[in-house]
Amino acid sequence: MTDTPRSQRGRVLVVDDDSSLAEMLTIVLRTEGFDSRVCGDGDDALQDFRAYRPDVVLLDLMLPGQDGIDVCRAIRGESTVPIVMLTAKNDTIDVVLGLESGADDYIVKPFKPKELIARIRARLRKHESSAPEELSIGDLRIDVSGHTVHRDDVELALTPLEFDILVCLARRPWQVFTREVLLEQVWGYRHAADTRLVNVHMQRLRSKIECDPENPTIVVTVRGIGYKAGVVSARSDLP
Amino acid sequence: MARPGARRRENSLVDHVLLRTSIQARVVVFTLVLSTVVAMLFGWVVLRQVTTGVLDAKQSASLNQAEAGFDSAQSNLDSTDIVDPSDEGRELSALIDVLSPHDQFRDDFRILLLGPFAAGQVSETVRGVRGAPDLDPVRTIPTALLHQVEAAPGTWWQFSRVIYTSPLKSEPSLIVGSRLTINVTGNEYAMFYVFPLTEQQQTLSVLRQALITAAALLVLLLGLIAWLVTRQVVTPVRMARRIAERVAAGRLEERMQVRGRDDIARLSGSFNQMAQTLQRQIRELEELSRVQHRFVADVSHELRTPLTTVRMAADLLHENRDQFDASTRRAAELLQNELDRFESLLTDLLEISRFDAGVAVLELEPVDLRAAARRVADRCRGIAERHGSEIVLRLPDRPCTTEADPRRIDRIVRNLVVNAIEHGMEERVVLTCASKGSVVALTVRDYGAGLTQGQDALVFGRFWRADRARARTRGGTGLGLSIAKEDAELHGGRLDAWGAPGQGSQFRLTLPRFPGAPLDDDPLPLKPGDAGRVRRPTTAVRGGAP
Repeated sequence: MTDTPRSQRGRVLVVDDDSSLAEMLTIVLRTEGFDSRVCGDGDDALQDFRAYRPDVVLLDLMLPGQDGIDVCRAIRGESTVPIVMLTAKNDTIDVVLGLESGADDYIVKPFKPKELIARIRARLRKHESSAPEELSIGDLRIDVSGHTVHRDDVELALTPLEFDILVCLARRPWQVFTREVLLEQVWGYRHAADTRLVNVHMQRLRSKIECDPENPTIVVTVRGIGYKAGVVSARSDLP
Repeated sequence: MARPGARRRENSLVDHVLLRTSIQARVVVFTLVLSTVVAMLFGWVVLRQVTTGVLDAKQSASLNQAEAGFDSAQSNLDSTDIVDPSDEGRELSALIDVLSPHDQFRDDFRILLLGPFAAGQVSETVRGVRGAPDLDPVRTIPTALLHQVEAAPGTWWQFSRVIYTSPLKSEPSLIVGSRLTINVTGNEYAMFYVFPLTEQQQTLSVLRQALITAAALLVLLLGLIAWLVTRQVVTPVRMARRIAERVAAGRLEERMQVRGRDDIARLSGSFNQMAQTLQRQIRELEELSRVQHRFVADVSHELRTPLTTVRMAADLLHENRDQFDASTRRAAELLQNELDRFESLLTDLLEISRFDAGVAVLELEPVDLRAAARRVADRCRGIAERHGSEIVLRLPDRPCTTEADPRRIDRIVRNLVVNAIEHGMEERVVLTCASKGSVVALTVRDYGAGLTQGQDALVFGRFWRADRARARTRGGTGLGLSIAKEDAELHGGRLDAWGAPGQGSQFRLTLPRFPGAPLDDDPLPLKPGDAGRVRRPTTAVRGGAP
């Protein structure tokens, strides 16, 4: 059972207690070529996650047993696997709480199947660059194909999403990215103005890469517009 | 270097504010001012009466003594037969010596003799002085008095200051004068008694001191009494104010202390009763709105999960509709379309319930209205094309930035644009924005059937439709414009509508640049510039909110 042949699209763990919705999700995922497994209880979620080793987790916020926030933290504690929250509440406090517990993205019920698939694909998108590519941003070195970020010789542990944001900014250090552009390029959204997603993740990314997250120098906020890569700091100019 | 002028102005400003804001300070200051005036008036009257009394007594005593002296001098002169004029001087000196006081009464008065002068002649200067060697006769005897004495017989008197030469001093004095005639020679002399008023002056000055001290003390005591008395009233009033402020700030459990049964205690009692009632009603309302919001949120939440399943199932059917027969295919299409409507209705209802429960929160960040207009135009292009309409952007070069919630701003603009497209009768929809002072504005203009008079206020009503029968065929939840208006007002802004039959309509969103900034400018007029130049048949009546 643990040795299920990997589907070509990827494996999705659906954690949702509503059996009809879970079944419907399975059907939709299958028609799109994904392999999936359903878990109906928060308490079993972590166990199923370890057994199934999915490429993406679809996680309902309201679960019997452990709720979605706890499950999200537990999974994030041991893996950088992309997590997409399914939530019936669009209140900022719920959304931000979900994102801060480690979810990469969230989708508000009721959603269209196409929308869901687009989000999952965006999370699963591998960087096609086969040639080794090295970027630098601030005093960080990014190995794009190797999916690693180093400061001096220390590797920084970033989730794939945070890595994507950083690469996106580093590829065009001269450009100021609006939140909308980032949403489109990193999250795969089209026409969305939900900047909470960007704000929360920027905050998390900064707490990992900035020496002083209060005064960011690598990812700089351009007030009223968005974000850009910081100018190469004076540190690297020193002999 | 300090600026004394500025400091004084500042002080007077502080006083001014204190007087205006503190009853106690005002009462104390008024008491001080009024009691000072009263004390001064009282002191003046007392001093005046005492002065008159003292001087009158002195005056009558002095006049008696002087008249007796004049009589005795005249009779003395009459009885002596002076033959030789040279004896005249000696005789007069002896007379003065006899009449002048001696020993311990030496300072009681002085006698001064001026003359001789010819009878009936008024002299310009003092001549021939005898007696009182320590007096300066020229400056002592007032010319007016001298003239009176010379001109007519009888006793004349006047109060004046007397100048002493040794030692040099001046004293207020009563000067009494009369004419002496020497029958033998026919020479006339003026004789003056000078009574110093030193004693009276001392008495009066002591009295004045005492009065001033007493008045000052009285004024201070009255001020203190006023302060104490007003404090009795003001303290509970201040306490009531503090408590009322706290209650107003939301600390509904605050109460006043009730002590005794006086007016203040009754005020406290009534205040507490009022606070109690308010607290109960507010609690009830809070509870009610919380329960209501909670219920709507729960309902909406419970609906969302099955709706997601239905939605996905409908989508699956819709995708595969080509495999069905015609009627099943149509059913799948209808299912899909109506689910869209159902979904937006659910979203809008939840949003309205948030507004009603007062739990809608703003998340502010800088928003450029031009960017919002472009985003919405991009997103609505599809709808516009389906309606045969076209979105035209007329945006300025300058940014129209405001501190706002971008999701709400997008929603407002979107609702306005969708409304304009749906009622625009296949004409273009024009978006404009501008900023001026601390205000930014955005207008959405359509060239549809327009609004009739009175409808410009009604369009924002929930589920309002101009023509119920027609509007049913249109999409939209009927809540879009109400939500847009609530959103605008949540920002401290305004949403208003203009329209005329056959002229189309214009909706204008006005927002402050910063939270709390006043809406004191009009970057864009509500009535469009091309109003009146458009002509359309007015057969179609405009629908309601999208």
